[in-house]
Amino acid sequence: MIAANLPALIPLTYLVTALLIPLAGAWRPSLAPGMALAGASAGAALALGGLVRVAASGPLSYGMGGWPPPVGIEFVLDGLSAFVVAVVAVVGLAALAHGTHTARSQTPGRVVPFMSASMIFLTGLTGMVLTGDLFNLYVFLEISSLAAYALLAVGSRQAPLSTFRYLTMGTAGASLYLLGLAFLYLETGTLNMADMGRILTLVEGRSPVIMGITLMGVGMALKMALFPLHGWLPDAYTDASSAGTSLVAPLGTKVAAYVLLRLFFFVLAPEYSRGLPLLAAVGYLGAAGVVWGSVMAILQPELKRMLAYSSVSQVGYIAAGIGLASPLGFIGAVLHILNHAFMKACLFLVAGNLRAQRGHSDIPWFDRSLRRAMPWSMAAFALAALSMIGIPPFAGFFSKWYLALGALEQANWLLLAALVASSLLNAVYFFRVLERMYLVPASEGAAAAPAPIEEGEVPVSMLVPTVALAGGLLVLGLGNAWLVTHLIRPMLPAGL
Amino acid sequence: MIENLQGHYAYYFLAILTVIGFYGMLAKRNLVKKLIGMTILQSSIILFWLVGAYKRRGSVPILDERLGTADPGLYVNPLPHTLMLTAIVVAVVTLGVAFALLIAIHRSYDTLDEEELLERMR
Repeated sequence: MIAANLPALIPLTYLVTALLIPLAGAWRPSLAPGMALAGASAGAALALGGLVRVAASGPLSYGMGGWPPPVGIEFVLDGLSAFVVAVVAVVGLAALAHGTHTARSQTPGRVVPFMSASMIFLTGLTGMVLTGDLFNLYVFLEISSLAAYALLAVGSRQAPLSTFRYLTMGTAGASLYLLGLAFLYLETGTLNMADMGRILTLVEGRSPVIMGITLMGVGMALKMALFPLHGWLPDAYTDASSAGTSLVAPLGTKVAAYVLLRLFFFVLAPEYSRGLPLLAAVGYLGAAGVVWGSVMAILQPELKRMLAYSSVSQVGYIAAGIGLASPLGFIGAVLHILNHAFMKACLFLVAGNLRAQRGHSDIPWFDRSLRRAMPWSMAAFALAALSMIGIPPFAGFFSKWYLALGALEQANWLLLAALVASSLLNAVYFFRVLERMYLVPASEGAAAAPAPIEEGEVPVSMLVPTVALAGGLLVLGLGNAWLVTHLIRPMLPAGL
Repeated sequence: MIENLQGHYAYYFLAILTVIGFYGMLAKRNLVKKLIGMTILQSSIILFWLVGAYKRRGSVPILDERLGTADPGLYVNPLPHTLMLTAIVVAVVTLGVAFALLIAIHRSYDTLDEEELLERMR
């Protein structure tokens, strides 16, 4: 009974929680964080249940309002969407568990709207992943984006301006998607992804189809901050509150990348998209972004800003995997969606911990007193940093490994060089921070730093999600062979 | 050349409108003008869907006894119109959020001019 309704139930859980929070919050605001956590836990449980169910007995489809697809709106839980939805739900839960504490201190008096907006954000993301209807995807895209604007606009003094820039860029991206969809709809007369895929095989060479796909691809590239369309990302992520960033940063861009995967390999036939110059462009821009993001990250003196630029580079890996258009590239891209969500969430949580305890996250002010004061947070940071660099057996190594194998298979030396160069650059900017955290004596640099807000390690409610994500990286790394054979290989689209 | 133009006036108009919208978003210094550009862009796309759904002599999509159901081509496809109703709602909500952000920016910097903002942020 529950299983058949799972595709609709997952976003609905978040949506209902989002609506209940303001109602309960009006009566007693202290209820809001608990309710958000309960909603996120229920969503994560359903998403994991869906993942198990799909792996065991194949995809599930749900027709909204009892209308069978392609006429009605279809929600699909297949291998890929179940996987990505589970990533979104689990990482969202961890970020939210951490955020309940930081939201109280950093956005006082606004905890109720914050919790409600984060639930709407998760509704939008899970809806985007699960829907089988291209227009419905646009609506969920805007739902998640609007919630993200609200979450990111609260923070430092510059946050509203950075968010305004994100809003105009994001709206331009969504509008381009909608314009592209108009071309495809007028050509095929359907919005259902599977149905459109069938019809597109008959008309795929025609110029409106190519125009439509290009516009949709560019729109999504803007949303996923693909180089050189990433201009909005660093400011928006840096200026927001810790709770806002750690929820939006690991998830927002990944789901846009998922939409590109869906578009190129499921709506379009893989044999057809392989020949598209657009797909090659996505791959090469991804490779360029990998290097550019890493170089910019090295230059940043502030931890959150460095991590934001590193996000640009990591999204490039996913784009490069998509651009390879081979099974290995696909595996690398999907695995990197999972790994990077975990790594970046963990790193942003540590940045939040530093801001909560020290009142800043400026790298020149770090010294080895941090290691004594916050041993667990620093250990989590070190783990995640090693994973980002790509040192086995951490998770980050394996997605890069598959991407490198995919590049070798096609003799794509440019991409391979970008991957290797970026790993070295990753090592430069993470070891720079690790050196300060672990080795540099306290007397240097720290003189100008503001006095710590609180001594010692963060409270348990913030520490548990941080350490759990860091531990998750080790588990995901060690279990990656199982993940690839049991979850990712079965989801490969036919013909790739 | 002429046959390319004839019957496609609306599309040319919308293409120009889209470009005006992008120009406004990119080139204008005032943030409110950027928003106006964004609204023009969104409107042009909504109109593009509606123009695409236009059908000569098409009737409203309500069953008419004189027309019957034998030829659905006599009726206008209602789907693009309903979709654009949703898109309009989305556009309005985005605009609302954008104005809320502009108010917050104006409160803390006392200006909406982009270059002055950058100067005051330093």
